[in-house]
Amino acid sequence: MTALLEIAGLKRHFGGLWATNGVDLTLEAGEIHALIGPNGAGKTTLIHLISGALLPDAGTLHFAGAAITRCNTHERVARGITRSYQITQIFPRLSLLENVRLAVQARRRDWGSSLRFWRPASADVQMIAEAADWLGRVGLSPAAGQLAGDVSHGERRALELAMALATRPRLLLLDEPLAGMGPEETEHMTRLIAGLRGAQTVLLVEHDMDIVFRLADRISVLVAGRIIASGTPAVVRENQAVRRAYLGDEL
Amino acid sequence: MNQRHAEIGLFLAAAALPLVLQSFGEDYYIAFATRLLIFALAATGLNFIVGYGGMVAFGHAAFFGIGAYVVALLMAAGLFSAWLAWPLAVGAAALAALLIGALSLRTRGVYFIMITLAFAQMIYYSVISLKFAGGDDGLPLEQRSTLAPLDLANDATLYWVTLALLAACLFALQRLAASRYGSALAGLRQNETRMEAIGYPVQQIKLVCFVIGAAVAGLAGALLANQNGMASPSQLYWTQSGMLLVMVILGGVGRRYGGVLGAIALLGLEEVLGRVTEYSHFYVGFALLAVVLFAPHGLAGLWGRQR
Repeated sequence: MTALLEIAGLKRHFGGLWATNGVDLTLEAGEIHALIGPNGAGKTTLIHLISGALLPDAGTLHFAGAAITRCNTHERVARGITRSYQITQIFPRLSLLENVRLAVQARRRDWGSSLRFWRPASADVQMIAEAADWLGRVGLSPAAGQLAGDVSHGERRALELAMALATRPRLLLLDEPLAGMGPEETEHMTRLIAGLRGAQTVLLVEHDMDIVFRLADRISVLVAGRIIASGTPAVVRENQAVRRAYLGDEL
Repeated sequence: MNQRHAEIGLFLAAAALPLVLQSFGEDYYIAFATRLLIFALAATGLNFIVGYGGMVAFGHAAFFGIGAYVVALLMAAGLFSAWLAWPLAVGAAALAALLIGALSLRTRGVYFIMITLAFAQMIYYSVISLKFAGGDDGLPLEQRSTLAPLDLANDATLYWVTLALLAACLFALQRLAASRYGSALAGLRQNETRMEAIGYPVQQIKLVCFVIGAAVAGLAGALLANQNGMASPSQLYWTQSGMLLVMVILGGVGRRYGGVLGAIALLGLEEVLGRVTEYSHFYVGFALLAVVLFAPHGLAGLWGRQR
């Protein structure tokens, strides 16, 4: 396997708090990599730093060999890094299909700029067909015409996944994709993520340890802004520092 | 296509208006109707920024005024042709919007309102301190622009030209709203964070919207200079920005005809009330309150949900 994302010495502080305090992390192409750690460990900050929502105070990010440390969000999306949010971020007054179509349209490398003013967007049948296809992959075809503000929480989370996938990322950042879901919805979403294995590199932030150990090829443990352990689930499970700092008796 | 038929019917009725007014000998009202249409155009440009782009801008008078002053200054320099002067007026307004927008769009909300207001006031004070622009007195036009083969000196012709330009702008903005760009704007209005996350250059998209709305105002300004026979500093003043915003809110933010309805309602009300009372603004204020309270989507919202 080859490294897709290489993070070295990454630091970011908010006032006196070093939320990210020297993170080194390498993501291999094709793996599902889980990022775990106690509340306040800096997981979401790290996601922000990788997606470009925040810029680091120190350290470097290399994606597919190129430095992206100073790139903003849309430049990183263009290179292939897309994220989802802990709190659902959708377009509530657009249909599910139109939500995903906007994500498809955002791929400038395939469709060109969105600065097209005259031709109706509804005339781009290929784009709409592709959006419908993504909705189908997350099991939302029956609801395609409904407004995103009207569907259930679980369906919105699945919609978010479809939108993120529709940007055709090389690296997908999932920040607690199961947050607030019931057992059935959790199972559905877990299967969707498991279905990405091998085809899609994923960095997954998740609290539910059963699901982390079920999905992840490798796990990194973040405590107080540092990675204290990184490796296969078996290795991380046996790591004494991890047990002490975080997992406690849970395993 | 009922709506299309209604639109064509209204357009034809509007086109017939000067003939009707002439037959009644009420030529004064042709000039008044032209003024309505010009403000409808300026308010439509602002509505594109506020309603479609989701940016509450409080400096629209700058672009409205720039359009007027460009026409007046070019005429003072000997350029009378509307074919050249009007596109230059539009271009100057667009260029100003590009610069102001590039700086202002770093802020949002109340700060965006204040910074657009500040830029517009800067332009106002700069213009009234320029001698060659007429200072406080404004800059009179020697005559109306020439638009061969049409004769703009004729009031009815200026009205028809204004009507045609308004209709063309409304049609273009309608196409634009349904285009890829329009759908990106719709996404931005609803969730900017998500648009950023799926890879849209959010600032660029908003800036383009700001420039388009300003360009429309520049065209309206060029027309108003012709209608008034001068470029006036009052056109650049912040109260003008406020008036255009009131029109948009009155007519319907984000509604296709919001700017048009708002301009007709506000100027019509002022005209009617101005005949019976000296305190027309007082009653106009009441009308605005009533709209905000009872028709929160503006006058256009009374017809239906469609944009």
